[in-house]
Amino acid sequence: MKLALNNIHLALGSFPLELDVELEGQVIAIYGPNGSGKTSLLDLIAGLRKPGSGFIQLDEVVLEDREGGRSLPPQQRGIGYVPQDGALFPHLSVLGNLTYGSKRRNGSSNFAVGHVAEILEIAHLLKAGVGAISGGEKQRVALARALLSQPRLLLLDEPLASLDEKLRGKGLNLLQRVRAEFSIPMLYVSHSPEEIAAICDHLIHLEYGRIVRRGDPGELFATRTAGGFDVK
Amino acid sequence: MEHDNWQIIYFTLGVSILSTILILPGGVLLAWLLARPRWMGKSFVETVVALPLVVPPVATGLILLRLFGRRGILGAFLEKNLGIDIVFTWRAVVIALGVMSFPLLVRTSRVAFEEIDPRLEEIARTLGAGETRIFFTLALPLAARGIVAGTMLAFARALGEFGATIMVAGNIPGKTSTIALSIYQYVQLSQDGAAFKLLGVSVLMAFAAVWTSEFVLRKRPSSR
Repeated sequence: MKLALNNIHLALGSFPLELDVELEGQVIAIYGPNGSGKTSLLDLIAGLRKPGSGFIQLDEVVLEDREGGRSLPPQQRGIGYVPQDGALFPHLSVLGNLTYGSKRRNGSSNFAVGHVAEILEIAHLLKAGVGAISGGEKQRVALARALLSQPRLLLLDEPLASLDEKLRGKGLNLLQRVRAEFSIPMLYVSHSPEEIAAICDHLIHLEYGRIVRRGDPGELFATRTAGGFDVK
Repeated sequence: MEHDNWQIIYFTLGVSILSTILILPGGVLLAWLLARPRWMGKSFVETVVALPLVVPPVATGLILLRLFGRRGILGAFLEKNLGIDIVFTWRAVVIALGVMSFPLLVRTSRVAFEEIDPRLEEIARTLGAGETRIFFTLALPLAARGIVAGTMLAFARALGEFGATIMVAGNIPGKTSTIALSIYQYVQLSQDGAAFKLLGVSVLMAFAAVWTSEFVLRKRPSSR
């Protein structure tokens, strides 16, 4: 996957998000403190927010070209999004959520509802209402829903942040399995060096809307301190 | 109760139900549009929709009379092209009730649409859904309780409408007399007993409609 974010400017609260970067890799981590612009960056790529200026291209597809006056609507971008809270549709069952986006294309067997549900260990929940499932299950349903739309890029916004340590370990295993099984490129927002080191092959570190560092997660997280990992 | 009163009750129920059904699609769609972020002319439309709530009903009735009279823009058009008379017929009653109850439907439904988490619609877009699909598969079901409550309020308002109706439809016994108009007429003729019977029926129906509206609004949202 090649993602170009050129001359991006988006006004945030107290500082702008300013990026000029080209990313390449299968799973790229976006790392940084709260309020550094990570979710806003995902929103820009998904087409849910418009930058003041800039150009975004995913592989051969131009998603946003402010100067050229072009902007591909979110429904045509083919980008799956798993937000922090899952944002499941509360009036639909788990199955209803899963099939919401899968209707737009004929799924290959790898993207059949049953197969994806089995991989993410939610096959037994298909008939359940989303109000009756746990936080971790909601995140897996949200991930399965995004996967079933067969996106060309998957955006994951701290998908494991709300889980306790035990569930986080399980979630990480499932994400590694998803990575291996579906080969869909991902942008993975996280605060957690452990998660990033486990599944990402490239990292950008955002602070106050700017990239302060980028590179291989293993190298960047090499220095360990008493409080956890530190970026070198 | 006298036969005439039953006729008045049935007629009032019929025109109130019909006017509520007729304003439902447009009212819900407008409520959804008004719940959307800024668009050109939104404030103007909001104000126009709210006008029947604040303008004297008799004044609204006068506007309708001018519009739907034989020399009015709409009245002349309908008579010439479809041969339909509006003023002083049951159709005028339906129009008056619809216009007067429209703001209640729109305002209540709009609040229901505004309460939907905008993130849900955004995620639906990333899943390939366009605006029409989002409206029917997300917005409408998630706002259903508010829409039902608004519909019941609009129906209750229609049941009690007086000022606009008497201007545009008159009070013709057996033809355009509603409960509200008949109560007024009975009192004018010093037939207080008949007036109080209709008053009782009117209060009962309005109570049932408003209570249903409140019940639906307070009911906990279903999380399947």
